[in-house]
Amino acid sequence: MKIMVAIKRVVDYAVKVRVKPDKSGVEMKNVKMSMNPFCEIALEEALRIREAGLASEVVAVSMGPAQCVDTLRTGLAMGADRAIHVEWSSAERLYPLNVAKLLKALIDDEKPGLLILGKQAIDDDCNQTGQMVAGLLNWPQGTFASKVVLDKEKQTATVDREVDGGIETLCLDLPAVITTDLRLNQPRYATLPNIMKAKSKPIKKVTPEDLNVQIRSDMEVVEVSEPPKRKAGVILSSVDELIDKLKNEARVI
Amino acid sequence: ISTLVLAEHEGGSINSSSISSVEAAKCLNEDNSISMLLAGSGPSLQQAATHASLCHPLISQVLVADSDKLMHPLAETWANLVELVHKKGGYTHILASSGSFGKNILPRAAALLDVSPVTDVIEISESCQFVRPIYAGNALCKVKYTGESPCMLTIRSPSFPVPASETRSSAAPITQVDLSTFDEVEKSRFVKRSSQETERPDLGNARIVVTGGRGLKSAENFKMIEKLAEKLDAAVGATRAAVDAGFIPNELQVGQTGKIVAPELYMAFGVSGAIQHVAGMRDSKVIVAVNKDADAPIFQVADYGVVGDLFEIIPELLEKLPEKK
Repeated sequence: MKIMVAIKRVVDYAVKVRVKPDKSGVEMKNVKMSMNPFCEIALEEALRIREAGLASEVVAVSMGPAQCVDTLRTGLAMGADRAIHVEWSSAERLYPLNVAKLLKALIDDEKPGLLILGKQAIDDDCNQTGQMVAGLLNWPQGTFASKVVLDKEKQTATVDREVDGGIETLCLDLPAVITTDLRLNQPRYATLPNIMKAKSKPIKKVTPEDLNVQIRSDMEVVEVSEPPKRKAGVILSSVDELIDKLKNEARVI
Repeated sequence: ISTLVLAEHEGGSINSSSISSVEAAKCLNEDNSISMLLAGSGPSLQQAATHASLCHPLISQVLVADSDKLMHPLAETWANLVELVHKKGGYTHILASSGSFGKNILPRAAALLDVSPVTDVIEISESCQFVRPIYAGNALCKVKYTGESPCMLTIRSPSFPVPASETRSSAAPITQVDLSTFDEVEKSRFVKRSSQETERPDLGNARIVVTGGRGLKSAENFKMIEKLAEKLDAAVGATRAAVDAGFIPNELQVGQTGKIVAPELYMAFGVSGAIQHVAGMRDSKVIVAVNKDADAPIFQVADYGVVGDLFEIIPELLEKLPEKK
């Protein structure tokens, strides 16, 4: 079985983002970019499944401008066997519906038994792509996964999902789509020898035209703004003062 | 304008977050015919339908899909159901609340209908213009939906509170959805659901939330947070650090990847205030922070801060706080 993993290049987790003065977006100049943390978990899970002998190949896919190749190299250094870069450098954004259609076209061609994605990207926080591609493929979905157990004989994946108020367990027929939550695993670091090895692994380039997917957008960003700031609070010196404030000033207890 | 609200129900009543979605639908347009869709099977579904018909004055119709196939809220069956119901009803908008139910189902249904959904709406300025947080709430993005109907949204329920006065005298009509054409190839099966039984209020709707962070140091110490919550009739929350350290189960995590809460009072003990945590509680009305590090970023969002040792402060609070009524 082949596993496909979708990975996104985003502003690094540790960067404090700043809104541009013209409100057109957030400042992207000279900002450190990295693989989306949820996508690292997705790739790690695919690698562990392959290492357990339940899959033969892990294919990493990323979409966007030329720099996505750097992110794919990181994925190859972590252990992916090969990569596909869907080139898209137009100013027009790729929304999750477009990404889902591109992934579907790749899957129709590659025929993996499992597609693993992060549950959301930490830039737009959409949490949509996995569910959408599962819908387009008419595959079952296990979103927000915290545990995945494959049964090779029955061709199923048993997935623990983090839902409001607890854990839900589903059994999915393969092929299936899984989106990863934070507790699924701890992604590995790429070692230096593997980083060197990754340089010779193949990255195939395709365009949306090659895949016969028309990129059309039904969404516009009107403006991006700073969230309202909370007014500065006060530091109190004792528990008595705190109880007094909560009772008589804020009136919440 | 006509809106379909996908509702979640439990124990025979509609979840309050789904009623908030009706409140959000009200913001789309004054003149809005709102239908609420619920699915499931058996008596608890019919009981929930009765509740739905009375839960908000603006609901004009309750649609009930009753089938064993819909006993558990699986995304595959639900998305197909939404497609089926939309084909008949031709809604301009389809809404669900932004919990794990809505986020699991609504994007899948949107893909079937070939439209882009909008996640985590916190403000509705026009019927197709919405504000949603991006970058863990560090920026707000105003988007305009320019595509075909339906426009599909998930709603952050704390941003659309339902006024207590919203009651109605007569029940909305309840219609059963015709499922005769609904044949489903089962590719996904429900196995089980496990949750912590507790008598404390639900984290998503509690009036007061008491949260502990890494500063609690152990699962044993975390019980102090639970005691304090009990005294205040509050829900217990936790940071990702406290969850990762094994002090408390993940379902109580507040933050970008956990629950988003906006209670009247949020009390944070031993919480440093990482942006991912603040993203989940910044809309609380009053924030109290107790931390021994005076430079902890949590104090930048707190209305009242106490710099000190929580192992002294929590016992003192337990002793001095008034008994709950």
